[in-house]
Amino acid sequence: MEFPILSLMLAVPLVAAIACLFLTASSARMVALFATLINLALGVILWLNYDIGGAQWQFTERAQLFAGFEYALGIDGIALMLIMLSVFLMPICILASWDGITKRVGEYMAAFLLMEVLMIGVFAAQDLFLFYIFFEAGLIPMYLIIGVWGGDNRIYASYKFFLYTLLGSVLMLIAMLWMVNEAGTSDIPTLMQYDFPVGAQLWLWLAFFASFAVKMPMWPVHTWLPDAHVQAPTAGSVILAGVLLKLGGYGFIRFSLPMFPDASADLAWLVFALSMVAVIYTSLVALVQHDMKKLIAYSSVAHMAIVMVGLFAFNVQGLEGAMMVMLGHGLVSGALFLCVGVIYDRLHTREIARYGGLSINMPKYALFFLLFTMASVGLPGTSNFVGEFLALAGIYKVSTFVTLVCTTGIILGAAYMLYLYRRVAFGEQRNADAAAMTDLNAREWAMLAPIAAAVLWMGVYPESFLAPMRQDIAALETRLASVAPQYDSELTVGTPKDHAANFVAASHEGEGEH
Amino acid sequence: MSYSTSLYLTGAEIGLSLTGLVLLLVTAWTGERAARAITIAAVAALFGALVFNLSLFGQGVAADAFSGLFRSDNFAIFAKSLVYIATIACLIVAPRYFDARGEYRGEYPVLMLFNAVGMGMMVSAIDLMTLYIGLEMSSLSSYVLASFARRDGKSSEAGLKYFVLGGLASGIILYGVSLVYGFSGTTSYDGIRAAFTADFSTGAMFGTVFVLAGVAFKIAAVPFHMWTPDVYEGAPTPVTAFFASAPKVAAVAMLVRMAAGPFGGQVEAWQQIVIFAALASIVVGALGAIGQANLKRLLAYSSINNVGFILIGLAAATPKGIEGVLVYLFIYVFMTIGSFVALLMLRDAKGKALATFDDISGLSTTSPALAWCLLALMFSLAGIPPLFGFWAKFVVFQAAVQADMIALAAIGIAASVIGAFYYIKFIKVMFFDEPKGAAPAEASVSHWVVLGLSVLVISPLGYLLTPWLSDMAGAAAQALFFAA
Repeated sequence: MEFPILSLMLAVPLVAAIACLFLTASSARMVALFATLINLALGVILWLNYDIGGAQWQFTERAQLFAGFEYALGIDGIALMLIMLSVFLMPICILASWDGITKRVGEYMAAFLLMEVLMIGVFAAQDLFLFYIFFEAGLIPMYLIIGVWGGDNRIYASYKFFLYTLLGSVLMLIAMLWMVNEAGTSDIPTLMQYDFPVGAQLWLWLAFFASFAVKMPMWPVHTWLPDAHVQAPTAGSVILAGVLLKLGGYGFIRFSLPMFPDASADLAWLVFALSMVAVIYTSLVALVQHDMKKLIAYSSVAHMAIVMVGLFAFNVQGLEGAMMVMLGHGLVSGALFLCVGVIYDRLHTREIARYGGLSINMPKYALFFLLFTMASVGLPGTSNFVGEFLALAGIYKVSTFVTLVCTTGIILGAAYMLYLYRRVAFGEQRNADAAAMTDLNAREWAMLAPIAAAVLWMGVYPESFLAPMRQDIAALETRLASVAPQYDSELTVGTPKDHAANFVAASHEGEGEH
Repeated sequence: MSYSTSLYLTGAEIGLSLTGLVLLLVTAWTGERAARAITIAAVAALFGALVFNLSLFGQGVAADAFSGLFRSDNFAIFAKSLVYIATIACLIVAPRYFDARGEYRGEYPVLMLFNAVGMGMMVSAIDLMTLYIGLEMSSLSSYVLASFARRDGKSSEAGLKYFVLGGLASGIILYGVSLVYGFSGTTSYDGIRAAFTADFSTGAMFGTVFVLAGVAFKIAAVPFHMWTPDVYEGAPTPVTAFFASAPKVAAVAMLVRMAAGPFGGQVEAWQQIVIFAALASIVVGALGAIGQANLKRLLAYSSINNVGFILIGLAAATPKGIEGVLVYLFIYVFMTIGSFVALLMLRDAKGKALATFDDISGLSTTSPALAWCLLALMFSLAGIPPLFGFWAKFVVFQAAVQADMIALAAIGIAASVIGAFYYIKFIKVMFFDEPKGAAPAEASVSHWVVLGLSVLVISPLGYLLTPWLSDMAGAAAQALFFAA
């Protein structure tokens, strides 16, 4: 049996989480940082040992520990990339909370480490019910993180987050029970190849949609997100935007699309419609926000809508683009929340109007903020450009109208992000206290620099990230091939005309007559 | 069947009865001095009964004692073991609780012993007469236990209410029993089943409905749940913990045996009643709890809510469904005892109970260990994985889906989200709010042990029990269907 590296990646943060509960503040911070760095190292080992082009499911582990479901882990390229995203962001989250969190540090670190366990578990689970347990369990630490360490309106936000997502996922559980009863197995790779009756697929798809659409979040069930983001502590927002939103996209790519291809094709119009509304509507809402975190939260909804249209394009470009947007957005929106956190720690306000001219007194900060703003806009050379371009190229092969609307959303995205940046970093220094803020310290450098490097890497050489996923996305495309939609503006070969348009019918009669 | 076999099969009940009688005499002679020793003896007797009982498990087919009055099959053994475990836990936590008020007396363990005998008879009964005797034996001791804190007006009120309404329920059951007997001509479960299969008249239907209504009262299912919040609030907390666990297990097991046994041929006659009671209990249990400020009342509604989920397993009317009911009961016992023990540990230095949400605000800073235990219990009751309470809901909903009752499962699980609201309110108060009152006083070791064990079972480690649990519950459920 090969080395159970995935179990180890679950065990390290779990043990550290339990330890943190009993430690003092300073040692809990060290333990948490140490544990997340170990997991990052394990993640790198995982990536290096991942055999690109090898078996679809690698690092598989099986153990008959439970009745009714199995402890089954294993990853494909898609899961690998999302696990990498999680383990990459976790140490940064711990660093982001280093000074900002002063009360109940041990419990805070324990909640974050538990979160890491559950995220890795979700991406690595190969049993439907094991997946559900990890998926749903994330509610507990997140509820505590928002509720205990959040802002003023944290209680409302934590309730809303909890009940919204719970209601979404319980129906999925019933659908899962039905599927397992029908297919006779709870093994995800087997279920991905199982052909459910077309009539049942619709209901199953809707039940899964209820859960993943809330997680994603899609308009109109996105309203929990701005509240949760605004009230959560900085690191909470990072993990929420960086990884938890990706659970929705992962759910679609792992469950809805391969398990219910017919229903996915039948209901693609719904996804397109909701996504189009989301892109335009949330971008416009973002444009008028006074609160930085809220603005970035709404921008997340818009980016996730691009992911959705990419996924439901049913072709390689769309699917790859969706994955790249997810990874890129995970980095960029996480980094933007960190940027907000940096100045929030100094001035304790998220009001955009309280800042201004920060590039004068915080030039290094302004540079990082600029890079991430540009990445969020989708500037070529940054991660989001690759993803958005691919996703839109994919959807263009299906519907030019959807592409038109979504591209408009990207232009609006440029508008609200640049407007935000202008108000915060440029212009004159209106407020004396904002003008007196110091530039980045070493800890903040250590948080932002790795993300900046990753954003540029993904933008300049996306092949490193696309290569592990290529085979899995190709397999998914094959699975979807039979239901792939027609290109709405496809050229039809007509019968060639006899003459060019400027042809003037020669009337030779009488020519030369005088 | 020889007498020796009959005596062997009823060994647990006979042993407990004899111990109870001896201890009763000891109590009468020694008064309050020996109360603690009597408790220890009662715990030992129950533990012995538990071990003896488990030794009978899996010994083959249904074994009837006393010419078809009493059956000691796997189902009965499973339910009885749960009853004994719950009773032991409630005995262990009681002395310290009552001592603080100077109210502890030797009658408490004796009453618990007789109650356990009655509950054992309820789950083993395969004759309406045995059933009724067991039921009354358990109920009468329960009435006394509810008013055990004699100096407390609320406790006396709880005992009286419980007695009046419990008497009414017994009357309803008795009326139903008389109808059933009248239309089938027998009191034996197997005989009733045979008679009803041959001819199920309207009168017999009435009898069935009356019996089920009476039993619904005993398990506190909507619409016969009104007594629960009052009795649970008024009774001393260890007694409430007991009411919410052991008698509920026994009554559910009795209901399951009746549904699968004498009325097993008429599933469609009772299924809709059970479906209604299940959904109504889930919804009323969830909505009723939202406005409650008193923690014991809140947990009373929570137990109504849980009964609804248990009934979903019964509504499926399949061996899988019964297995789900038993697994649910197992997990429920630990969740309930854990949460009530946590409540009884919540008392300030003067011994006054911290009974409302205001009292426990900010508990996570004043008493972190207790708050974390309660957090685990509440998330478990809400059915959030990875806590074990999720598995309880999982098995009953799985049974419902397998029985093709998808609408029932979907409505039930959606309604469970309403219930989640007040469980997370518990956590909000303990973790998000600032402390207002005094910190709870240090609790005794015995309380910590019971709480710790309960939390250990409902923690994610509980999943390691699932293979064993599903084997046991599966065998127990098969026993019912084998007999049918």
